[in-house]
Amino acid sequence: MPSIRRRTLWVALLLGLFVAAADRPAAAQAKDQLVIGITQFPSTFHPAIDAMMAKSFILAMTARPVTAYDKDWNLVCMLCVTLPTIENGLAVPETLPDGRTGVAITYTLHPQATWGDGTPVTSRDAVFTWEVGRHPQGGLTNVETFQRILSIDVKDDKTFTLHVDRLTFDYNAFALSLLPAHLEREAFANPAEYKNRTTYDAATTNPGLYFGPYRITEVARGSHVVLEANPTWYGEKPHFPRIVVRTIENTAALEANLLSGSIDYIAGELGLSLDQALAFERRHRDRFEVVFKPGLVYEHIDLNLANPVLADRRVRQALLYGIDREAMSQQLFDGRQPVAHSNVNPLDWVHAEDLPKYPHDRAKAAALLDEAGWRPGVGGLRRNAKGEPLSLELMTTAGNRSRELVQQVLQSQWRALGIDVRIRNEPARVFFGETVTKRKYSAMAMFAWISSPESVPRTTLHSSQIPTAENNWSGQNTTGFSDPRMDEIIDRIEIELDRAKRKELWRRLQHLYADELPVLPLYFRADAYILPRWLKGVEPTGHQFPTTLWVERWRAER
Amino acid sequence: MMRHLLSRLGQAVVVMIVMSFVIYGLMGLMPGDPIDVMIATNPNLTAADAERLRALHGLDQPLLERYWNWLSAVAGGDLGYSRLFGRPVLEVMAAPLGNTALLMSLSLLMALAVALPLGAAAALRPNSIFDRLVNLLAFAGISMPVFWLALMLIIVFAVMLGVLPAGGVQTVGGGDLVDRARHLVLPVATLSAASIGQYVRHMRAAMIETLRNDYIRTARAKGAGWVRVVTRHALRNALIPVVTILALDVGTLFSGALITETVFAYPGMGKLIFDSIMGSDFNLALTALLLATGLTLLGNLLADAAYVWLDPRTARR
Repeated sequence: MPSIRRRTLWVALLLGLFVAAADRPAAAQAKDQLVIGITQFPSTFHPAIDAMMAKSFILAMTARPVTAYDKDWNLVCMLCVTLPTIENGLAVPETLPDGRTGVAITYTLHPQATWGDGTPVTSRDAVFTWEVGRHPQGGLTNVETFQRILSIDVKDDKTFTLHVDRLTFDYNAFALSLLPAHLEREAFANPAEYKNRTTYDAATTNPGLYFGPYRITEVARGSHVVLEANPTWYGEKPHFPRIVVRTIENTAALEANLLSGSIDYIAGELGLSLDQALAFERRHRDRFEVVFKPGLVYEHIDLNLANPVLADRRVRQALLYGIDREAMSQQLFDGRQPVAHSNVNPLDWVHAEDLPKYPHDRAKAAALLDEAGWRPGVGGLRRNAKGEPLSLELMTTAGNRSRELVQQVLQSQWRALGIDVRIRNEPARVFFGETVTKRKYSAMAMFAWISSPESVPRTTLHSSQIPTAENNWSGQNTTGFSDPRMDEIIDRIEIELDRAKRKELWRRLQHLYADELPVLPLYFRADAYILPRWLKGVEPTGHQFPTTLWVERWRAER
Repeated sequence: MMRHLLSRLGQAVVVMIVMSFVIYGLMGLMPGDPIDVMIATNPNLTAADAERLRALHGLDQPLLERYWNWLSAVAGGDLGYSRLFGRPVLEVMAAPLGNTALLMSLSLLMALAVALPLGAAAALRPNSIFDRLVNLLAFAGISMPVFWLALMLIIVFAVMLGVLPAGGVQTVGGGDLVDRARHLVLPVATLSAASIGQYVRHMRAAMIETLRNDYIRTARAKGAGWVRVVTRHALRNALIPVVTILALDVGTLFSGALITETVFAYPGMGKLIFDSIMGSDFNLALTALLLATGLTLLGNLLADAAYVWLDPRTARR
């Protein structure tokens, strides 16, 4: 009798497993929808309130900025018809009443661009976006971009001219998403309340908010966003009728979801860390294609130049000679993250090839430290004439596995040189919100900058951008680097329209950076895109514009 | 009894006000504010932008003034808007609260349903092989890291066997009751594992202690059957310490389980509270944490009532 009962139990268990298996998520089988996994959920869907990659990733499928950089890092029209240039006469320098040189730039919007509710996208939307953006209480993060636009002349429904207060080399870049005036004007009636009343968050599935290839049809906050093909989209018809973006913050669980078929693809913009992706590739290369794309995320160590030890350039150079970045990149990241020799990515056209480099050279590093007065003492630790030890603190974001790994290697390599390095890490919120912003790190802070192609490092290297209590801790020159030569180069680059002359200025900037070393360059981070072998058309960009700006080209191919 | 309950209710209100001040103060003491984080990540933010945004979000006012404004608004029934999500606090909390209540209630029920009989049975045969086995399982449940167990369950049941979903609340695009239940199996199993171990240990210890009492021996001497003695006399008294633990767990029913929710991509209160604290979203964090505090206090009130039911002598003390 007991054996019969046991058998029945086994049969019931197997039957249960069979039934459960038969009921597996349809997403894993049908390809009329694509399920993408990312690690972050946007706190808002408003295009200009709070900058978040998760939001940019999703909204790029639903709307297009006027211009963007493509995968080859060229500025292209997304919503406009022709990219305005001085050469084609759509951008005209003009003298402002105060004598400065400004520029009038004329954009024509795509004639068929239409919001999802059938209302055409017009110049009125451009004017409204500018009104919201420049209003001090609009709740948008940086009004300066909007305040640079002095006025807008509306030529017709689709054509308008911006009058901008300065003529910079990137005058025709207009990476803003337009807001639908017909829906948002009412919410903006009280500007101070706009951030709480915007239709983007109050009625996210309103089709009138979107004119891209997809529109948002379902939002489960913290879980997923469903996008469906937008019938008013004027471009190439998207191949997937439906896209689901699921948020799974834990990357191990994200990987498990991919393997179980709950998601089809892990986006490189917000996906696995590089070490996880490398391990994943080794195990599952038969089922998935892993594309590593080095980009504009620049991992580096900011040096606090107010620290008397680090104020000495020889010490800064010795620190860089003392570490083996090539070996680190090979051993820890399988050589997928190129070593950085300056703040400019080698993929950028303004990168200088003839930069002074700092290969691992312990003898040279030791000589520089000796010259700076730091000589080996008891226990191999270097000391100065006063007997003070050469001891520095290295900080980074706690819990970031890759950075903590790099940190340990750096510590041991510098220790071999006689430098005592103490590690002190903090949660990202404290590290960025207090320690870095208010320059409270005593010596070294390791983190990353993300930028766009040919991004002028005014905020990180210009002396006017050193955060202080007086300027409300704004600016990102957290090293405190102040060099009139750098200031002059930055000022000139911004307004130099001639490409050859600008490239030479960039070369000088990178040389100065590499000579002075206010920052220790480490490497350019690579994003890992985990694609199923049937998914084609995803083209990583390597910069801040996400792959989803070209989502209509994605397709399933067996 | 009524007087006792009213007195506890009064204490609860005081505790809530004190807690709100403590939470507000602690959040205010956190280094940096959201605008500082914005400055660090947004290269275009100017000094004027920072000042303007601080004023817009009310972060330029002294902490005490902000607390007083918040308290006055709450007293008037206005919980305010979430700074992070730009929506009314209750609207932001509604879905995660429902998800968490369901997940945590099921986990607690599952834990009680398994742990109480197991703990009691183990106590009836102390030091037997069965008792040792139950102890071993209880310790395993308590000591297994939640995130590890969660990932193991996902790997076995979602990746290898493919019989259960790896996470989420339901299949995207809607799902029936069965679908929702399937999504709950793994997180409930994960959360129950640790609670089962905890309740088994408490139940076993309390039962062993109760079985040593004179009245148990008397009942047996008067001829009462073993089953009757255990169920009618011992079990009720052994449940008293378990009820105390249970009362403390009531608060967690609505405050969520951060790690489990994160691993199973289950949008619940744990993650919401964490994000709101890290994002200095005072309105959201305070409402959520005070809800948890209130429910813990309510749980204790209910526990008081349960003591009386389990042991009528409590009311006379």
